[in-house]
Amino acid sequence: MPTFILSRLLSALLVLLGVSCLVFLLIHLVPGDPVEVMLGEAAQPADREALRHALGLDQPLLVQLLNYFHGLLHFDLGTSLQSQRPITELLAERIPPTAELAAAALGVALVIALPLGILAAVRKDSVWDYGAMSVSLLGISIPNFWLGPLLILVFSVSLGWLPVSGRDGPGSLVLPALTLGTALAAILSRMVRSSLLEVMHEDYIRTARAKGLSERVVILRHALRNALLPVVTVLGLQLGVLLGGAVVTEMIFSWPGLGELTIESIQRRDYPVVQACVLVISAAYVIVNMLTDLVYGLLDPRVRS
Amino acid sequence: MTEQRFFGKPLVALPAAILAAWALCAAVGPSLVGDPNHIELQRILTGPGAAGWLGFDDLGRPVWERLVVGARISFLVAALVVSISVLIGTLIGAVSGYLGGWIDEVLVRIIDIFLAFPGILLAIALAGVLGPGINNVIIALVVVGWVGFARLARAQVLSLRHREHVQAAIALGVRRGRIVLRHLLPLIVAPLIVEGTFAVAGAVIAEAGLSFLGLGVQPPTASWGSMIRDGTRYMLMAPHLVLAPGVALMLVVLGVNMLGDRLRDRLDVRG
Repeated sequence: MPTFILSRLLSALLVLLGVSCLVFLLIHLVPGDPVEVMLGEAAQPADREALRHALGLDQPLLVQLLNYFHGLLHFDLGTSLQSQRPITELLAERIPPTAELAAAALGVALVIALPLGILAAVRKDSVWDYGAMSVSLLGISIPNFWLGPLLILVFSVSLGWLPVSGRDGPGSLVLPALTLGTALAAILSRMVRSSLLEVMHEDYIRTARAKGLSERVVILRHALRNALLPVVTVLGLQLGVLLGGAVVTEMIFSWPGLGELTIESIQRRDYPVVQACVLVISAAYVIVNMLTDLVYGLLDPRVRS
Repeated sequence: MTEQRFFGKPLVALPAAILAAWALCAAVGPSLVGDPNHIELQRILTGPGAAGWLGFDDLGRPVWERLVVGARISFLVAALVVSISVLIGTLIGAVSGYLGGWIDEVLVRIIDIFLAFPGILLAIALAGVLGPGINNVIIALVVVGWVGFARLARAQVLSLRHREHVQAAIALGVRRGRIVLRHLLPLIVAPLIVEGTFAVAGAVIAEAGLSFLGLGVQPPTASWGSMIRDGTRYMLMAPHLVLAPGVALMLVVLGVNMLGDRLRDRLDVRG
């Protein structure tokens, strides 16, 4: 077990190192002179040189990379060009709303996906199954940047039940969480269905039935427990989709999280902030996946080998 | 497998019809319809009617014509992104899986690093840094897209390289490149086609998403994503501006996904 944990930690660390390098290179992908792009063509040469120096872009690439890692290790991600505030401070403000949104969306996804998937599996090849899976197919096919405005149109504008945008009380979380959670719910319900169907053929299910247990107990106690293991792994992987989707969803609802900060910073050409946002979101994804792997390894000894 | 049986059942005609219409719009549509950027001020925000069956937008431009041009953009981007991603990804994955050793180690690490980014986030950041425009959208989506194919091709090649016909080819002294191209690739085409189909759906949504964020095709050229974005400002007065491109987008993605399910069923590839 310690070897398993250690190897997972090590490989996550390696990936994080690579991710940081790629993020570092991002600013060098700006066509032409990044300083000119950030300040605009009308900027004074002295201002340009000052910014170039402040960003360290006047140094050799290797020195820049070392400085960058030095900063990362000291939780120093530089200063926002726009607000002149330390980027770590901006991130500290923006991470909680995004975490809140992601958690709520995950909740929405599970609440929709579990009953839908179980229903489809238990009533396989029935109208319920077709209905549930058609809903799921539709859910996968609706882009969140279309679903969001539609939900606003119905629930905020027409019915007036929920706020249009912003983050003010639990009510304001409902529509963003629905928008973000729908696609995940669709994917998960298909996973729950196929995973449950697979388990239903196992010997222990036959044994449970032979013992005279009710179908309800067989499914909820015996089948579902084992069927959910692969679903948990998929959940970890799908978190990337969730975090990526959060960027767009936050934009639609003016949700003051990391996603909104990313897009705003792209629009303002505040590239250091863009880099920091991409780094933090990706790092969160890597860490959650590592934790999923570890939990999976704890639950299922077969994975460790 | 049960999932496959289920998704094999729905009409094949529906996705086929949607995708044919999409391809047709992309290929010849723009030359058949009127000018999508023609402005008629007296028709601003007019709903569907005799003058234009999908109505007019906030500048008085015809929505149907813009939808057709948007179809070309989304088709073009999806086709290019997926074909380039398949080529690059399969090549890297197959080489990695076949050669093994330190080359495989390095390539797997690189694949892992790219997989560590939430796909759309990396695409947004790349498109944002590279600057708006269709070329940069394609570059950004390929950078994100090749990884899935590389991982798939590598896994497939790894499971096939010890097959007898490959061993026989090696024993006969067939060159490595030829073994990969002639003896391994044909066997992994089926899963690649299935993955590629779903990748088309992903690329269509991603292109529209980037355009929605203002990072894609620039005005006045129409894209479904930017049409949705512009339409949201007038949602109350003219809901057709959001509904028309949204329905088009959803139908295409739905059609591609249904086709993917169907292909997975037919080609017997496990999802």
